[in-house]
Amino acid sequence: MSAPRREAAVAGLLLIVAGCAVAFVVAYATDAGTQALGLTLGAALLALAAALAAAGAWILPNEISEEPRRPPAAEDDEKKTVAALRPAGASITRRRLLAGTGAAAAAGLAGAAVVPLASLGPWMGDTLVESPWRRGTRVVDVEGQPIAADALDPGGFLTAFPAGADIDATGSPIVVVRVDPRRLRLPEARRAWAPDGLVAYSKICTHAGCAVSMLRSPLFSAHVPGPALVCPCHYSTFDVTDGGTVLFGPAGRPLPQLPLSIRSDGTVAAAGPLSGDVGPAWFGTRAPGRSGGW
Amino acid sequence: MDRRATAAAFGVALLVAATTMLVRPPSAPGGESGPSLIAKGRELYLTGCQSCHGTDAEGVPGVAPSLRDAGASAAQFMLTTGRMPLPAPDQQPVRRTPAYTPAEIDALVAYVGSLGGPPVPRVSLAGTVLSRGMQAFMLDCAGCHQALGRGGVVTGASVPDLTSATPTQIAEAVRLGPYLMPAFGAGTLDDRTLADIIRYVVWARSPHDPGGAALDHSGPVPEGMVAWLGGLLALVVFARLIGKRWQP
Repeated sequence: MSAPRREAAVAGLLLIVAGCAVAFVVAYATDAGTQALGLTLGAALLALAAALAAAGAWILPNEISEEPRRPPAAEDDEKKTVAALRPAGASITRRRLLAGTGAAAAAGLAGAAVVPLASLGPWMGDTLVESPWRRGTRVVDVEGQPIAADALDPGGFLTAFPAGADIDATGSPIVVVRVDPRRLRLPEARRAWAPDGLVAYSKICTHAGCAVSMLRSPLFSAHVPGPALVCPCHYSTFDVTDGGTVLFGPAGRPLPQLPLSIRSDGTVAAAGPLSGDVGPAWFGTRAPGRSGGW
Repeated sequence: MDRRATAAAFGVALLVAATTMLVRPPSAPGGESGPSLIAKGRELYLTGCQSCHGTDAEGVPGVAPSLRDAGASAAQFMLTTGRMPLPAPDQQPVRRTPAYTPAEIDALVAYVGSLGGPPVPRVSLAGTVLSRGMQAFMLDCAGCHQALGRGGVVTGASVPDLTSATPTQIAEAVRLGPYLMPAFGAGTLDDRTLADIIRYVVWARSPHDPGGAALDHSGPVPEGMVAWLGGLLALVVFARLIGKRWQP
């Protein structure tokens, strides 16, 4: 292959890089699916690898040669050489072609790398701290149906949400558990929070924010302690009978408790807000004095 | 009698026989039923169970619970899964080969059932909806049993794998809440949703795979990790093949 053809091949590969990277940006913008994203970006990177390999093999000087030192040439010779080379450098050269296509490839790939930043989640604002639970908020199940106080048998539990609120918000989901009222050991100030042995806690673990979806509920409690809520991520275990205190695991604070009341129609409602901030604690999100769950 | 009448009579006889077999109560093996079966169960109870549960199934404080309101449902679950009898009263009951023969289990179930409590549930998967079952399973069961019902651990106990549980055993366990499992009454989980969940648990034993190597249905993330590992090894081998050892 002649030298100009080789240069054209490398330039063509670099243009393919730029084209595939632009196709990635277009696929991202039109939501064409992960397969399209993977194919376009993969093709761009493959073409880049091919272009670099071809440039290394064909264009860069590849031989080792030695030149014996000559006596210094006359000044005229040098001037003549420069004068002879200047016109060649003024037109489109190999250097300019490759630099131009290389810049196009780099710009395309940079665009492909930057555009996915648009997929970063929404700004959370105060949604991590706020909770929709207020005094009188009705407790509903996942389908929005009010929960009857007698629906739960002792030892049973269910996941519930505030009526009319966003069920995906961190402060929304709670776990309602019925325990034998004689086994409750709630602090003095929370005595009225568990009517008929119905207790409710935030379903979001105070360690890393997982859903606290496991309940140890002993059928016969002579040999095993409980009942306790357990987070499946790192096995933080919270005492249901004692205000959600941590029995085991990495969680640093109790689960926030929701005071409950039973309405005249037999359904369950909140008797106040959650006892503390919902969800995991990390630097800057839990100001001192705000963590009411301690 | 012509041949057509003979065939019709034969057909009617077959139908009657089939119906009789269908409506026969499940707990009457070998023609035994009622009081004699309960008496046989009581005899087995006194030899095998009373040392922990008490002479009259009233329970022993600190050792084993009363069976007065446990019902045939709990007894059948514990005995057919081999969870009872326990080697020691403070152990976690786990699935074992049943210690009793099916006839003995029927007798014991009849005895415990005669003390009161819920009967053995009848499970029918007709008209169940797989997707509703999956949603309900994810909400209430997958926290401990994992998304495909393969079991796991909870603090201080192991969570059983559901791949060998029969539909009746699943229904019994959901209503009873054995060992550390919460009990789900009809108020939180109606019979229809329970049947949907059972349909899902049975389906999840051999779920459909969207493609690729399923790797015991462990999901696309582990599959991808294995692919990365294989790809990295292939790259190392490739680099060795095309490279040359440096020689000074």
